Amino acid sequence: MKELTELAKGVRRDILYMNHYSNASHSGSALSIVEILITLYFRTLNIDPKNPAMENRDKFILSKGHASTALYAVLAARGFFDKSVLNKFYIDDGIIPGHLDMESVPGIDCSAGSLGHGLSIGVGMAIANRYKMINSKVVVMISDGELNEGSIWEPLLLAPHLKLDKLIVIVDYNKIQSFGLTNEVINLEPLNSKLKSFNWDVIEINGHNFPEIEKALNKKTDIPKMIIAHTIKGKGVSFMENKLEWHYRSPDKKLLEQALAELN
Amino acid sequence: MRKTFINTLVSLARKDERIFLITPDIGYSVLEIFQDEFPSRYINVGVAEQNSISIAAGIAMSGLIPYVYTINPFVCMRPYEQIRLDVAYMNNNVRIVGVGGGFSYGAAGATHHTTEDIAIMRVLPNMTVICPGDPWEVEQALKESVNYKGPIFLRLGKQGEPIINKEDSNFKIGKAITIIKGNDATLISTGNTLEIANEVTEKLRNKNVDASLISMHTIKPFDAELIIEILRNGKPVFTIEEHSLIGGLGSAVADIIAESSFNPVFKKFGTEDKFSHYVGGHNFIREKFGLTSHKISESILKIVSKIY
Repeated sequence: MKELTELAKGVRRDILYMNHYSNASHSGSALSIVEILITLYFRTLNIDPKNPAMENRDKFILSKGHASTALYAVLAARGFFDKSVLNKFYIDDGIIPGHLDMESVPGIDCSAGSLGHGLSIGVGMAIANRYKMINSKVVVMISDGELNEGSIWEPLLLAPHLKLDKLIVIVDYNKIQSFGLTNEVINLEPLNSKLKSFNWDVIEINGHNFPEIEKALNKKTDIPKMIIAHTIKGKGVSFMENKLEWHYRSPDKKLLEQALAELN
Repeated sequence: MRKTFINTLVSLARKDERIFLITPDIGYSVLEIFQDEFPSRYINVGVAEQNSISIAAGIAMSGLIPYVYTINPFVCMRPYEQIRLDVAYMNNNVRIVGVGGGFSYGAAGATHHTTEDIAIMRVLPNMTVICPGDPWEVEQALKESVNYKGPIFLRLGKQGEPIINKEDSNFKIGKAITIIKGNDATLISTGNTLEIANEVTEKLRNKNVDASLISMHTIKPFDAELIIEILRNGKPVFTIEEHSLIGGLGSAVADIIAESSFNPVFKKFGTEDKFSHYVGGHNFIREKFGLTSHKISESILKIVSKIY
């Protein structure tokens, strides 16, 4: 536990530093998923950083590709590539772009950046696994705002129909999207019963609590699993938490130092 | 062409267990022979075209070869961003198969027509665009598609197209087929206008104009080499397609001419920049858009008579 908490601090520091030097946005969106990604890559996913294309690996799709910094930082921490790559984000002659390009570094199972694609791709991977009798998980993380996309409701209907029991979806429910609060832009509630009525096994958790995350990921089901993770946008940095502006802003030197001080 | 498509796919699927068929709920009375023989490799995803393309991408990313089949506008326009990102950007071996190119769906109306598809598909990086001109080309294209690297868009006609290719035709993706060799002019056709183009060459021959007939079944990668060879003989060049004059075969040939040192007599036959509001069958609408062998041959004869 203590080790995971320390990891989370390091990942948060990396995220903030990347967004600082590259003057990039989406700090808040990345900070809200740190504990979930760490649990996936350090506890639950069957993966091998030395063999990122291993056929029977568990796959992870970060459909909310704008939170890429969180994935880069976690993949680097897990040893998929050298940490120095994190200095090459979103800049001229860089290596890792603002939104995910699976050709950029090892360990990225799917490119992403336009919302409403990743879940369908995950359904395809789960279908292929079942056909090839590979008993692996496919985990897809979507954002709450992403649930506004019409295309996301197509796989939400289909996956339970196909009984894709190795498919896990995590909603990063930080309740803030591009223009404001999700319940003001377009209300998702009642989200739990809505998804349950689509025949998903719905679990609600605190998306910053490691044991809760791990328990939800490991829960056995025979239908697709939907984890609604209640999270805090900008989690870990007091002046970023639950603030819409941190969907866009990049921390300047002073704010970076202030944020890092909070994380130390 | 659709019967040839499904029959060929079934026989290929018998030999290759990677082949999947995905449909967004279209293909009743056509696809069943695949579904019956390979139920685990057939998925009807429901009326959800965006999902069908992205699911195919996920399946392709797992080393399998999915063919997505539905009516042409619904397979290449409705899910265009899914094609751009999940198929082309990630360079996945997805085969996008559109049935009913051009006005094949005639009286169904403009919702079911496609005269813009070649333009939007050929502009995508990594995408191979194949528009077979007859059922034989459909069969050959499919056979080659199985082990072909990267995404493919396959634009089919619908039904009843005659075989125009000769016994000695050779098919290779990216290499046009010279079906008739002539000395006075060259007609280049793509997709389901091959039958019309063939009739045009006959009509021209009856008027003592000896024209070549080329089936440009692959629009991308484009057989520029052959076009340059044609330009070298200095004779008039004509393109025929059931597609907008903007961005299709004619535009591809025009691009090559414009950057070459040749200055041939050149005319594109295709559909003008408008939707069909006509009600009628395939040939009726073709007639309204001037896509008949009669109208095209008259037009060509007028042009050629000024030269010879």
